[in-house]
Amino acid sequence: MNLSKNAEGARRGPGLSLDALRHWWAGAPGWARWVVYLLLIVVGVLLPSESIGSFMAPSGADWPSMLSSQIAIYVLLALGLNVVVGMAGLLDLGYVAFYAVGGYTIAIFATKYDWSFWQTLVLAIAFSALAGVILGAPTLRLRGDYLAIVTLGFGEIVKKTANNSSYVNGPRGVQGIPHPPTLSEFEIGGVQPLKYGLLDSRPYYYLLLAFIIVAIIFVRRLDKSRVGRAWASIREDEDAAELMGVPTFKFKLAAFAIGAAIGGSGGVVFASQQTSITPPNFDFLVSALILAGVVLGGSGNIPGVMLGAFVVAWLPERFRGLQDYRMLIFGAVLVLMMIFRPEGLWPSRQRKAELAEGTGGMGGLGAEVPGPGQAEAAAEVGK
Amino acid sequence: MLLEIRDIHVHYGKIAALKGITASVDEGEIVTLIGANGAGKTTTLKTISGLRSLTRGSIEFDGRDISKMPGHKRVLAGIGQSPEGRGIFPGMSVEENLLMGAFSRKDDASKELAEAYELFPRLAERKTQAGGTMSGGEQQMLAIGRALMAKPKVLLLDEPSMGLAPMLVQQIFSIIQEINRRGTTVLLVEQNAQQALQIAHRAYVLETGRVVKSAPASRLLDDPEVRAAYLGGELGEAAASPAAAPAPVDAPDPGATVTDAPASGAAPEGSEEDASS
Repeated sequence: MNLSKNAEGARRGPGLSLDALRHWWAGAPGWARWVVYLLLIVVGVLLPSESIGSFMAPSGADWPSMLSSQIAIYVLLALGLNVVVGMAGLLDLGYVAFYAVGGYTIAIFATKYDWSFWQTLVLAIAFSALAGVILGAPTLRLRGDYLAIVTLGFGEIVKKTANNSSYVNGPRGVQGIPHPPTLSEFEIGGVQPLKYGLLDSRPYYYLLLAFIIVAIIFVRRLDKSRVGRAWASIREDEDAAELMGVPTFKFKLAAFAIGAAIGGSGGVVFASQQTSITPPNFDFLVSALILAGVVLGGSGNIPGVMLGAFVVAWLPERFRGLQDYRMLIFGAVLVLMMIFRPEGLWPSRQRKAELAEGTGGMGGLGAEVPGPGQAEAAAEVGK
Repeated sequence: MLLEIRDIHVHYGKIAALKGITASVDEGEIVTLIGANGAGKTTTLKTISGLRSLTRGSIEFDGRDISKMPGHKRVLAGIGQSPEGRGIFPGMSVEENLLMGAFSRKDDASKELAEAYELFPRLAERKTQAGGTMSGGEQQMLAIGRALMAKPKVLLLDEPSMGLAPMLVQQIFSIIQEINRRGTTVLLVEQNAQQALQIAHRAYVLETGRVVKSAPASRLLDDPEVRAAYLGGELGEAAASPAAAPAPVDAPDPGATVTDAPASGAAPEGSEEDASS
């Protein structure tokens, strides 16, 4: 992955630059930012409406359920994976494992021990963060491609374990997962946003929207803090970060745990909406698509990865009419993106600078190619 | 002794990179490690700063054994390093890079920031520029300035002259002397032996993972073997006095063996230096 980067990395594709917008945003007063945030939330709330759906969804498809069972989940997962890949620069190809841990936590505790949705949510977040630590502790000593391979394996292990464990019914999966309890019956504009049932998928969308907003606030505050600076330094040059006194291992582990926790919360909502989960729900393809969303959108930049995840989840559904060709076209779009806009649709400025420089560009998204002075690192990993 | 390394062995897999290096740095000194490629200079520095773990031996710093201490804690103990290849954070601005240097500090670092800008006025002009877009010399200044932000007791410099124009090399070396004058001990690793020996108090010559010579720097400058191997001695002396021409490479010395390989490798570099100065 890294081999071509030095040559290609600095090439600027003909794409629109967002510098003017960024510039305005950097200088915008506090109230203007709040107005934008509020407008975005309003757009988020109105998104499932018919008028938007008639364009966004192919005819015959249910737009709110597309939103809740696919798009919003992907956006939430992308926010979580962005912590690992975009901020700390660790390539994780098994992110779906944490999504599965969340899903199976609610499946087991709600069907076997009658825990409520909210109790299992807390437990699932704790369990998936723990899974992140368990995966991270032995593997985060590896770098680049080596880490990617181990995480890929972890994703498969979780799926295979679920598939072969009679405790969770193996390949038949777990059925009868309860919906979240209805919080209130109040109705607004024809929706009962807090009544979770089988018929209306909009309440699940609003639940996910709330999760997404909480995740954005949490991740953004981290990014602007000392933790975010530590992650950026690890992503750009891990050895140099250690020399600056950054406890790199601890911060990498924290990134894994936080990313995993967000993924786990997505799994809980998914399971309780579907009411049944099976191991194929947690296929490698999900990891790959979410990673594609993160990279496509502009890894490291929160609005970027949300846009990327939205596109990745929405595009194949929207063009379902093209049948199997849609995946071909989707693949071609991804390839074209990597050629003309390798930094993503909406990259952060810092990421762009890293990519232009050519060595630290994708953080852990690539092998440590032994260049001058790096041969030792490769030799060390190879032992 | 501020820093004392005793018989350290470091392995990459099964390959031994260091085969028992013993060296020490006293407070206020500039000590340099010179040697050809693969001699183990960079590995020695990385082992001192904690990026590599040692298989045998010990490192004592400021009266404490730090052999097992993780790298980020050694920064707090007082070891600062400007790494090989400079290790600038490319996406961060100059100022952000400098502030990363103070990451481990809990107190206010504005005094050190001002000092870094005073030492390197060039950095002050480029505060907001991304680190990755700067020239090699500026990046080197940034790497040194960043290492100083943590107020280290000893500053480890890994080939600060690598890839720089001769004029910049001069400038960097005079800044290193200035840093030392202000009270920071310096351990300098260099391939540019001529320059390093001129500013250092003491020097160690490394060869394939072992110390083959240690002496005051001025004495090594006159040492025929060192001149032949690392300073382009023959060429330099031939120009000065043709009488001193006999090749010192074959001169037997019980203390050290100088192989031909580093001699031929280092000679052009040294002669280039002579031409430029």
